[in-house]
Amino acid sequence: MSLNELITSSASALAEKLAAKEVSSEEVTRAHLDRIAEVDGGERGVHAFLHVNTEEALAVAREVDAARAAGGDDAAALHPLAGVPIAIKDLIVTVGQPTTAGSRILEGWMSPYDATVIKKIRAAKLPILGKTNLDEFAMGSSTEHSAFGPTRNPWDLDRIPGGSGGGSAAAVAAFEAPLALGTDTGGSIRQPGAVTGTVGVKPTYGAVSRYGAIAMASSLDQIGPVSRTVLDSALLQELVGGYDPFDSTSLTDPFDTLVAAAKEGSVAGLRIGVVKELGGEGYQAGVEARFHEALELLKGAGATVVEVSCPNFQYALGAYYLIMPSEVSSNLAKFDGVRYGLRVLPKDGPMTIERVMGATRAAGFGDEAKRRIILGTYALSAGYYDAYYGSAQKVRTLVQRDFEAAFAKADVLISPTAPTTAFRLGEKLDDPLAMYLNDVATIPANLAGVPGLSLPGGLADEDGLPVGIQLLAPARQDARLYRVGAALESLLEAQWGGPLLAKAPSLTAATAATTEGVK
Amino acid sequence: MAEITRDDVAHLAQLARIEMSEAELDKMAGELAHIVDAVKSVSEAAGPDVPATSHPIPLSNVFREDVVGHVLTPAEALSGAPDADEDRFRVPAILDEE
Amino acid sequence: MAATDEILSFDEAMERFDPVLGFEVHVELNTKSKMFSSAPNVFGDDPNTNVNEVDLGMPGVLPVVNRAAVESSIKIGLALNCEIAESCRFARKNYFYPDTPKNFQTSQYDEPIAHDGWLDVELEDGTVFRVEIERAHMEEDAGKLTHMGGATGRIQGADYSLVDYNRAGVPLVEIVTKPIVGAGSRAPELARAYVSAVREIVKNLGVSDARMERGNVRCDANVSLMPKGADKFGTRSETKNVNSLRSVEHAVRFEIQRHAAVLASGGTVTQETRHWHEDTRTTTAGRPKSDADDYRYFPEPDLVPVVPSREWVEELRATLPEPPAERRKRLKEAWGYADAEFRDVVNAGVVEAIEETVAAGASPQAARKWWMGEIVGRAKTADVDPAELGVTPAAIVELNGLVEGGKLNNKMAGQVLDGVIAGEGTPTQVMEARGLVLVSDDRPLLEAIDAALAAQPDVADKIRGGKVQAVGAIVGGVMKATRGQADAGRVKELILERLGVSA
Ligand SMILES: [Mg+2]
Ligand SMILES: [Zn+2]
Repeated sequence: MSLNELITSSASALAEKLAAKEVSSEEVTRAHLDRIAEVDGGERGVHAFLHVNTEEALAVAREVDAARAAGGDDAAALHPLAGVPIAIKDLIVTVGQPTTAGSRILEGWMSPYDATVIKKIRAAKLPILGKTNLDEFAMGSSTEHSAFGPTRNPWDLDRIPGGSGGGSAAAVAAFEAPLALGTDTGGSIRQPGAVTGTVGVKPTYGAVSRYGAIAMASSLDQIGPVSRTVLDSALLQELVGGYDPFDSTSLTDPFDTLVAAAKEGSVAGLRIGVVKELGGEGYQAGVEARFHEALELLKGAGATVVEVSCPNFQYALGAYYLIMPSEVSSNLAKFDGVRYGLRVLPKDGPMTIERVMGATRAAGFGDEAKRRIILGTYALSAGYYDAYYGSAQKVRTLVQRDFEAAFAKADVLISPTAPTTAFRLGEKLDDPLAMYLNDVATIPANLAGVPGLSLPGGLADEDGLPVGIQLLAPARQDARLYRVGAALESLLEAQWGGPLLAKAPSLTAATAATTEGVK
Repeated sequence: MAEITRDDVAHLAQLARIEMSEAELDKMAGELAHIVDAVKSVSEAAGPDVPATSHPIPLSNVFREDVVGHVLTPAEALSGAPDADEDRFRVPAILDEE
Repeated sequence: MAATDEILSFDEAMERFDPVLGFEVHVELNTKSKMFSSAPNVFGDDPNTNVNEVDLGMPGVLPVVNRAAVESSIKIGLALNCEIAESCRFARKNYFYPDTPKNFQTSQYDEPIAHDGWLDVELEDGTVFRVEIERAHMEEDAGKLTHMGGATGRIQGADYSLVDYNRAGVPLVEIVTKPIVGAGSRAPELARAYVSAVREIVKNLGVSDARMERGNVRCDANVSLMPKGADKFGTRSETKNVNSLRSVEHAVRFEIQRHAAVLASGGTVTQETRHWHEDTRTTTAGRPKSDADDYRYFPEPDLVPVVPSREWVEELRATLPEPPAERRKRLKEAWGYADAEFRDVVNAGVVEAIEETVAAGASPQAARKWWMGEIVGRAKTADVDPAELGVTPAAIVELNGLVEGGKLNNKMAGQVLDGVIAGEGTPTQVMEARGLVLVSDDRPLLEAIDAALAAQPDVADKIRGGKVQAVGAIVGGVMKATRGQADAGRVKELILERLGVSA
């Protein structure tokens, strides 16, 4: 295999070649580490990674290679993805590597325990390449709210990679990692997937354990896969998902048919519902154009396309921006300079713990985190609870009812993932409301707990940037998403003559001037 | 436009333990008013008969058996502590009891 | 320290005002593991040794509810005659404090697991007072702060504090009463009796170690006054952490007197928390109620509802032991003890021990004699609970049999008991090993008697002269000569016989 092929191959293709011993995990892992060194650092680097885990990743790769070389039981016991490297959103705790949540308040903190998904990844022996950048505590849609600087979109280094999981999406889009884990509270896996031309899935709430994912909004958060193909996401969700006794909201349902569904990939006879409210006004023309082409392809493949209406989705964004900050205000209270993380002493005045907490949180949190904490404190406070938090929870019921009605008419729902392609860095940084609108199409799934998948739908004519197509299925029907997603993916790739990312500009040229070594 | 004064924000910041300068309070008051305006239609969306949903997927009675599991060593527990003494976390003076 | 508060005499306070009480009693459950984590629930270990990442509120952790803690909570609810909720939830109570690792306490708010119950509380003189229970809810304990520097070890004036999170996450049930009216001048006594009754119930259920000195049972006492005859409650104070039965009584009495002085002088009572000081038996002002008490409760999103099926509740109900008050009534009648005798037995904490001893074959009178007459005193000297001395009911039955069979006198039986406590074996084994045998052959006794009479001729004369009560001195001499191994009754008979005096 050529070096280029080592990093551009899908995870499933790499897995096959590893199993066939055509390539070693050490070679594959080293190729990705080299790629990170090449394109991630420097002033105009992608900056997908906050930490690169070189030594440990190579050690795990060598373990896999040794097991394969030994053959017999050792080789047979290996997970299909063993030896395929992966990047982890830096919201998920890992022993032996720092976990920052993109925040100064956790800078340098080392978790004494592994998240459940990390335990599974270690058990399956996927070399962990490192921790990826994100908006602070996953709060944002552009990764510009990271305390450690923004990530750049590999399609255009002056543009945002989406957020909050911009680091994971950019790493996969820039061929720095074949797989990554993200978290999705209001679209943080799917929207970055859309604007970077990658695949991202938010599983059914409870399908993947949240234990060890630093909570942003507990009732909305879900860990999910980021990859370049639908099948790769299915492989990764099957690996990290499943019941976990450490997460009380974890589902006991089996989610073991995802890979089979992705391999099957069909839409014939399926009813596909176009959500009237997720499109039209506010959606970029190029986004709409690619979306409608996708509908035509699905029809051509034997699907029936129907229109469905979800009238309460108009309240979803508002409900989200009440529930999410409320839970944030409580979840982020633990960062107080007492047990771990940053402690800042007040510059003057009495040195009480109360003031140390106040000074620590003032210095440790960025503007967006503070905004959401204050908003959530307001929404929960005496006299406002019923009007804000209470009403928002009722809207949640209405959104669920809309989904139920829509799924009575359609097997899966479809919409653009995000209203626009990637905007320019800094463009919406000072306008929180404009930033929040990026999640308008992804938020309903989080409120209702249903699974959502975003896959590349092509490039917008006006800017040549990726457009995402979102598929939504009823709760627990994640397999259906993978079946339809894989079918649409192959229809689109047939049209493009290969994966969309093949059209991405070469990064080596763009970053060459300022490239530095591994951070 | 929602009435959110600087004093309101000062009170919220105190509840949330975030020290803020006067300028920050002013800026936050304006932003908060904007956001609250944008989301307040939520309070009219649902009638009194609509139940609240706090968990997207309804579950109940999820328990752990009363079995002792792992503990951290004091060294592990205190490994990230900004200040510690005698195997305990050390904090500056506390003003009053909760 | 705040200026000393004026107080009115209790009698005058009672002439002018009616007290209204309310209690929040926190009970620590004795589960093996914590409420939401699998770390051990153990008292007294080295700091931060019983914690894992959940108890420390590390980033990313999630709680999982301990089933045994829920069952204990339901049992407490049932024992307090409460309704058990068909469905209930946990909620977050948000406030920043360094002993609270997440800066919120996982508790219950508008949906407690148990509600609307009552408890009949018996006062010293047998008066029964019904206390209405508003709710009993599940929550978690906080860590322990130690205030360092400063003169007093108190929070005021401390330089810094140290936090041990071993107690963080220990399961608690908080029992909240409805306002208690009508206790009048017996309010302080009722306060003590109520907390004592709650303590007894949870101990009897086996769900808590119920040791107040360890903080297993902790009481916040609310007091307000209203003018006699009024029905509108006055402003209340909440005295926090009154953690002994005696303190509860004193704190309520003090607060009644303090409120009365404020109101009598035309002032208004401040709604505030108060701190109890055992040394001076007074309270001082804590934090006034304020905006800072906006706890922003909301349903805990990381936990799902607890929905106790009626079958589960009934299963638990079937396991409940007999309520302590009913049990006491039954035992008192069965044993035929007088009121005072039974109260002493209760106060000495040996009801259970006597019950077991009777079950092992002793008569109620004998059981009481051994426990109250011998064992309680020895336990006090050793500073342990009577039951912890290591005397089994079987040993008492055996020992009692030896005395009644004439093999030991009471004094020797006491020595045998000491031997049993010292671990020397069964009473018979101790008796044999120590050579404690009652002398029943008259010959050596007569020799000793003659010697004693010869040694005290004037006493002998007195007895001959009819002063029979003087015989004790001779008996004493004989007992001394025989090292106590004689039957004192028989010795007395023989002395009188020898001197030709009839008893
Ligand atoms: Mg209380
Ligand atoms: Zn409490």
